[in-house]
Amino acid sequence: MELLKQISFNLQNGFDEAVAELTKEAVEKQIPPDEIMNNGLIAGMNIVGEKFKNHEIFLPDVLLAARAMNRAMEVLKPLLIKDGIPVRGKVVIGSVKDDLHDIGKNLVAILLKGAGFEVIDLGNDVPAEKFISVAAEENAHVIGMSALLTTTMPVMKKVVDMAKDEGLYGKVKIMVGGAPVSKEFAKEIGADAYSYDGANAVETIESFFREDS
Amino acid sequence: MRPVFRLLSNELIERIIGEARDILCHLGVEIHNDNVLSMLSDHGAKVDFGKKLVLFTPDIIDKTLEAAPDSVELFDVMGNHTHELRDHNVYFTPGSAAINILDPRSGEIRKPSTADYVEYAKLMSGLDNIASQSTAFIPADVPEKISDSYRLFLSLLYCEKPVVTGAFTINAFNVMKDLQLAVRGSAEALREKPLTVFSCCPTAPLKWSDVTSQNLVDCAKHFIPVEYISMPLSGFMAPVTLVGSMVQHTAETLSGVVLSQLTQPGTPVIYGGSPAAFDIRYETTPMGAVETQMIDCGNNEIGKYLNLPTQAYIALSDAKLLDAQAGLETSMGATLAALSGINSISGPGMLDFESCQSLEKLVVDNEICGMVLRLIRGIEPKEDFPAMPIFKELLKEKHLLIANHTRKYLHDEHYFPGAVIDRANSSRWKEEGSLTIGDRAKKEIERLLEAWKPTELPDDVLTEMTVLMKKEAAKFGMDSLPHEDL
Repeated sequence: MELLKQISFNLQNGFDEAVAELTKEAVEKQIPPDEIMNNGLIAGMNIVGEKFKNHEIFLPDVLLAARAMNRAMEVLKPLLIKDGIPVRGKVVIGSVKDDLHDIGKNLVAILLKGAGFEVIDLGNDVPAEKFISVAAEENAHVIGMSALLTTTMPVMKKVVDMAKDEGLYGKVKIMVGGAPVSKEFAKEIGADAYSYDGANAVETIESFFREDS
Repeated sequence: MRPVFRLLSNELIERIIGEARDILCHLGVEIHNDNVLSMLSDHGAKVDFGKKLVLFTPDIIDKTLEAAPDSVELFDVMGNHTHELRDHNVYFTPGSAAINILDPRSGEIRKPSTADYVEYAKLMSGLDNIASQSTAFIPADVPEKISDSYRLFLSLLYCEKPVVTGAFTINAFNVMKDLQLAVRGSAEALREKPLTVFSCCPTAPLKWSDVTSQNLVDCAKHFIPVEYISMPLSGFMAPVTLVGSMVQHTAETLSGVVLSQLTQPGTPVIYGGSPAAFDIRYETTPMGAVETQMIDCGNNEIGKYLNLPTQAYIALSDAKLLDAQAGLETSMGATLAALSGINSISGPGMLDFESCQSLEKLVVDNEICGMVLRLIRGIEPKEDFPAMPIFKELLKEKHLLIANHTRKYLHDEHYFPGAVIDRANSSRWKEEGSLTIGDRAKKEIERLLEAWKPTELPDDVLTEMTVLMKKEAAKFGMDSLPHEDL
């Protein structure tokens, strides 16, 4: 247990080398990989998330913790797959077609990776079909779409409608974000959620998984 | 480069000082205290004891200006160095001695109690951008004769920051000095590490009362720093012009320097003031008026010219509530004061012509102070040249969020205000309850009160202070003190 606490502590402080080393040590000591992930890495990341939300720490601190998390996941991922333990969740993310703005989307992707999610970033100017096909192929849990222009927002509805046609609706959670987007809009088009910023997106996706379990 | 704002040319400053000196030597100053008059007479001033009028000489003025130190240091209750009032160093302190408070919970404007004072002192412990506390208001649940010493006692008990204060009577000075001796342990230790500043106010025009002139003398005897709070009212109790008001301010303040330095050469003094424009439409003294703030900044330039540390009542508002006027007047005053380099900037928390303190406003003003303190650090290159490496990194990494340069300079370059300043996007703001600045300030008050930690002063010191205060209170018929029941 002490070792997992050390992993959590080092992760909170962004010491990526130490987190990677301690994770290897934990594996050698036969601690089950899902326990290392849940009680070491994610436990640490949850504290980081909470502190970030309360303005006790800032984005760079979160990203450094995220980098440490990624280093540890490189060690754990093959073992988790071997054991048939699902990784934390897969998110397909992108800025919708004709929207070239991706700063907000990138921030969400960085934070999601940091929280231990697998992120498939489709970049910007992503057509509705692409979101659907990749989500289906990759067995993704979440589709995340971003828009900065009001003119590109209809693509979000198109994705929801296509998900319904393809039988993905309800199986894959669809979430939307971006400056012109709102909670009301998300509801109107039938999306599962709206997030007002990156940290909020992480919280929202985490809540999907809590609902499932 | 530290940005500095100036209003007066040296030529104009010299003219103002020259005229003020002429007034002191030819028209004189009224001082309603025979001991002080005798002392001045002994030093060669021409005194008319019947009229209580004293005429200074150029020699006396020169000699006392020469003796006055160019800096004042302050130390907190625990003895840590906190202030070096000199050059363009800037520190904020709350507005002092209000008779009312704006109740943060009911919104009522009312007389404050001891419980309010304790909350104030606890809150001040957590406001990082306001370096000293002041005895900000007068608890109305104790006799007036101890209301000055009791608020100092409460301040020393509940907050460790140095205290800007003042005595309302001649006798109160003694216990207020003894409380400080109890904290420091000896007269030498107190002289070495000053804990308080006493505000001493001449009466416009050109007059010192019995109490305030005696306070000056008593502070000087114990090397307790004083700030002179001259209050010319332009167009009423002073000339209507800004220059004329500054001539009067200079004369009154110089007369204070003379009193202090003749009593004790080298005693710490601060060239302060609370001048105001006079609004003849409402018969009020607007502290938020731009002319008031200009006089304050001008006086500061005169004080600096005389090599004295400076102070002014400038970062405050005449609004009655925490509204837009409160924010704009306080911000403008704080910004001008800091750019001007006023060493001790008084005002935060204060509303209604220096008569109402507000905890909510203190919390908001703390952020104004934070932003202003950032402003005066100016713009300096920090590993910015050559510029190409960081841009190469940016183009490669796509962002600089965790770059070493960012981590090194994020907090140094950017001031991050507390939760009272709204910087959320509108969706988040709605999600979190669509709070107004007043709502957020109220939450912040509760958070800071929750986070407060008791003083680390040793028990024997606390006991000594309590014995002193109780003895003083007993003189006025009180056998217990209200804070003991909190």
